[in-house]
Amino acid sequence: MPRLSYRRALTRALADELARDETVFLLGEDVQVGASLVTTGLAKRFGTERVRDTPLSEQAFTSFATGAALAGLRPVIEFQIPSLLFLVFEQIVNHAHKFPLMTGGQCSVPVTYLVPGSGSRTGWAGQHSDHPYSLFAHVGVVTVVPATPADAYGLLVTAIRHDDPVVVFAPAGAMDVRDDVVDLEPVPLGRGRVHRYGDDVTVVAIGHLVHDALAVAEELAGQVSVEVFDPRTLYPFDIDGLTESVARTGRLVVLDDGNRSCGIAAEIIASVVERIRLLAPPRRVTRPDGAVLPFAPALDRAVQPSREQLATAIHLTMKDSS
Amino acid sequence: MTDADPVRLYRTVRLIRRFEQRAVELVHGGQIVGGIHPYLGQEGIAAGVCAALGVDDVLAGTHRGHGHVLARGADPARMLAELCGRLTGLNSGRGGSMHAADFSIGVLGANAIVGASGAIITGAVWARRRQGHDTVGVSFFGDGAVNEGMLLEAFNLAALWRVPVLFVCENNGYATTMPVAGAVAGSIAGRAAAFGIRAVEVDGQDPEAVRDASAAAVGRMRSGGGPELIEARTYRFDAHHTFEHAVRLDYRPPDEVSRGRARDPVRIQGERLPDADRAAVDAEVEATLDAAVRFALESPEPDPADALTYLYASGLTVRTGGG
Repeated sequence: MPRLSYRRALTRALADELARDETVFLLGEDVQVGASLVTTGLAKRFGTERVRDTPLSEQAFTSFATGAALAGLRPVIEFQIPSLLFLVFEQIVNHAHKFPLMTGGQCSVPVTYLVPGSGSRTGWAGQHSDHPYSLFAHVGVVTVVPATPADAYGLLVTAIRHDDPVVVFAPAGAMDVRDDVVDLEPVPLGRGRVHRYGDDVTVVAIGHLVHDALAVAEELAGQVSVEVFDPRTLYPFDIDGLTESVARTGRLVVLDDGNRSCGIAAEIIASVVERIRLLAPPRRVTRPDGAVLPFAPALDRAVQPSREQLATAIHLTMKDSS
Repeated sequence: MTDADPVRLYRTVRLIRRFEQRAVELVHGGQIVGGIHPYLGQEGIAAGVCAALGVDDVLAGTHRGHGHVLARGADPARMLAELCGRLTGLNSGRGGSMHAADFSIGVLGANAIVGASGAIITGAVWARRRQGHDTVGVSFFGDGAVNEGMLLEAFNLAALWRVPVLFVCENNGYATTMPVAGAVAGSIAGRAAAFGIRAVEVDGQDPEAVRDASAAAVGRMRSGGGPELIEARTYRFDAHHTFEHAVRLDYRPPDEVSRGRARDPVRIQGERLPDADRAAVDAEVEATLDAAVRFALESPEPDPADALTYLYASGLTVRTGGG
């Protein structure tokens, strides 16, 4: 069975879509040489017209992609640094996202924003370590955070074919994950995945944290039976799938590499408790409020959600309901 | 491809002028909620530039965008219906004054973020040319927008990739209330020149001068000449926005306003026509706008239950906000 890395899965998705659909093209900084190691070989195969290096003009090339989409193409932009999304938030939210409604349905803006290496890359400090997926879910831009190579492939392919803007966050912590892959196929938006079944508590984990949640679930096996639910897309969110899981377990803990206040963890908890009565108060493990990742590795780790925090949250949830 | 007919050019400036005046009346009558940014005084620019375009070309403008959309040939009745928030409007009542768009004639939206159109049009023209069309594009913006980095980045991209975009700066002297002298270091044309973009200044109050400069630029662009910039010097006759009638902002010297209003593009173009031709156009425009006002006011309003229709082109549905 072939072993595929998450990073290569992204490359394969880009290559397959560029080959399948003439209207797809890729642009970004240093994509021709593949500085992120995701676009390696694509310029050679598809030419520099379809795999275009851009100047450091994030705002202009983000809106350039909007214009190209309005004219019938399907651009994919690669952003090397997640924090650049703050720079182009205006172009994505105020233009790409709003155009279909503001024009009364006269257009669509099928742009994919691919962010490989989102979140902490250890030692890249304050302006290279954000993981701003909650912001996009909040404004209603389709937001995807795959955890595994197969999902990275399948969700990126779906994003490129989708008729609205989609941000695909590929967490730095997942880029080197490898998996046995049998079939690579598109993964639908808005459908979560249960990675591990359990009876006592549902842990919702996002992106690379799915692997941490699975590790904690394994450690706790015998004491607590943990179900690990991976939403895969944060917007739209598979609230039906999650409700089904929590209705069985009765308990909910969310593991989210975003800031605590107004983060997706809060949204997930609110959406579940609107629907069902839990056996214990829900808990969330997140970055602190308003966190900025400090440089020193130990400090960087200290503000990221940890396996220890998750284990503690699970224990507290069990205790609260006994 | 250039439309050299002085009568049609006059018709366009007259149509925009009377459209704007009727729209201002509808604002004061309460039929247009939210107000408008009148294009009064600047009509010669939209009319002149659009007379130099062909059917395959695209444009995008700003919040002060009625003139661009009308000059491109949008139906004034549907445009006015849009301003009145009606279902029959160009944008089905979802865009209003600042976002009027008509993709069927290459109007890719009026954008309320003033420096935004440059990069969008650059991408759209690049894409159309890749698909085999001989498209050129126009990005309209005001003097205030030349201080937004996004637009200067677009200058760079268009010049670097030789995308035929005509950047049209409508320099009316003020960014809301900020005079251009207090906002723009160097010169507007100089900013384009720094990117290797050919730039000319033109009298924006003379529709034929704008048309001739645009036609020359479009011709060079179609021959592979890359983007160009026209700085059209103009004057906005009225307020930045109709809200000024209520708040009485005081920032333009009265003698400047009278001097500005004296250079009237509608009068200047009208004087080039025999009286009978002008009268015929005036009557025809009046009839068109009477019908447009009736159409707009008699058109149905959208159903509140459909407020978020069109939010997603993919058909994605959203949870409601209530309970």
